Amino acid sequence: MSDTPSELRYASSHEWTRQEADGTVTVGITNHAQDALGDVVFIELPEVGRQVNAGDECAVVESVKAASDIYAPVSGEIIATNDALGDAPELVNSDPYGAAWLFKIQPSDSGELDKLLDAEGYLATL
Amino acid sequence: MGSRTPLYERHLAAGAKLVDFGGWDMPLHYGSQIEEHHQVRRDAGMFDVSHMTVVDVTGADARAWLQYLLANDVARLEAPGRALYSAMLNPAGGVLDDLIVYRLDDGYRLVVNAATRTKDLAWMRQQAADFTVTITERDDLAMLAIQGPRARDLCASVVSDSRAVLIDQLEPFHGLPDGQWFLARTGYTGEDGLEIMLPAAQAPALWQALLDAGCKPCGLGARDTLRLEAGLNLYGADIDEQTSPLAANMAWTIAWEPAQRDFIGRQALEAQRQAADQPKQVGLLLSERAVLRSGQAVIVDGIGEGQITSGSFSPTLGCSIALARVPRATAGSARVEIRGKSLPVRVIRPGFVRNGKQVFE
Repeated sequence: MSDTPSELRYASSHEWTRQEADGTVTVGITNHAQDALGDVVFIELPEVGRQVNAGDECAVVESVKAASDIYAPVSGEIIATNDALGDAPELVNSDPYGAAWLFKIQPSDSGELDKLLDAEGYLATL
Repeated sequence: MGSRTPLYERHLAAGAKLVDFGGWDMPLHYGSQIEEHHQVRRDAGMFDVSHMTVVDVTGADARAWLQYLLANDVARLEAPGRALYSAMLNPAGGVLDDLIVYRLDDGYRLVVNAATRTKDLAWMRQQAADFTVTITERDDLAMLAIQGPRARDLCASVVSDSRAVLIDQLEPFHGLPDGQWFLARTGYTGEDGLEIMLPAAQAPALWQALLDAGCKPCGLGARDTLRLEAGLNLYGADIDEQTSPLAANMAWTIAWEPAQRDFIGRQALEAQRQAADQPKQVGLLLSERAVLRSGQAVIVDGIGEGQITSGSFSPTLGCSIALARVPRATAGSARVEIRGKSLPVRVIRPGFVRNGKQVFE
């Protein structure tokens, strides 16, 4: 697993995004973020159907160490959340870019994606 | 760069994530804090606690001085080998530090916290002016805590015959020397186990032998959740110079008798006891999917407010737990505000897990 896959786009608040073929955007937290948080124990996910603006708090990841707010990287509607994390929050530690995606957004302004950082840009913020 | 223990290189080799703790570069975990926690509850884990401060006290007045310095009474240590937990108070009755005293053949050994080292040593030397005592910091020693149901067996399998016999015979809360080593059946996890003090140069070999025998290294993260489940105070979080031992579930460590023993802080504590106005320490249990954290307010309806002094996720119980200081009249329930939601918590005596098992009803 790459620490910062080059095919993803990143927010400086440590979310990653992946634009899917159907135009939706999948969101998770970066390997750097999970490493800093330590063992994740609970995750609070947004309600499906909620409209979010880029930068809105929309989830919380609680680890043994701290509670961390997760922000919507782009505006749009929450169309799915990863219910598997309810029973297996530790996936965030073991597979942050895969099984531990948090939610999917149907973006209302695809131009916002261009404002996100590429891998190099994200690494430069760390 | 912080101070490094004799096991620093071993931590790096084991993939430790290092953090600053009281000026020391210490392992937080070696991968997963929760797995390390379970390892100690179910089997055996080892902690490098060489950052802790070991102080030997000898001299004609060693006993009289410690009887003045500490809220617990070292006269209770009737024979070498016995150990005692005590607060060291300031004149206002606030806790300067909490520590363990072991009685040695020719004096006493104190183990105090790492972050309070400078303050403690200065205080001790200041209070020793009128006594014939020698205070020696033993920074030549390393210290390993090996904890868990299989800890003593594992240790016995990798040490000399005489030490193995000692480990087998040592009673809980006792400690005895063997050559340059000091072996104590004490700890900070709520499990059986040992704390071994030994010359720094010998520590890496013991660490390696234990590793080879199947003992897993555990970091300060697991140490914190283990002690929290056991209901043991952390200095700087649950107790500090502004906190009375009466407000921190430490009343049992205050030796009121004999009444004529004058120890530092006694007058203040007696006034507090008379007034019966100190808050009390309780344990909190949260069933909702959130984590109690230090500093969160505890609301006790119709009575008042308190505060969480340490909180985390309990790997053994699978829910969040906390130690809190609340009004004396607090009964079985309270509420904690987390992210704008008022969540109900159960209030119990401080102490959640011992020897691998839940200890409350």
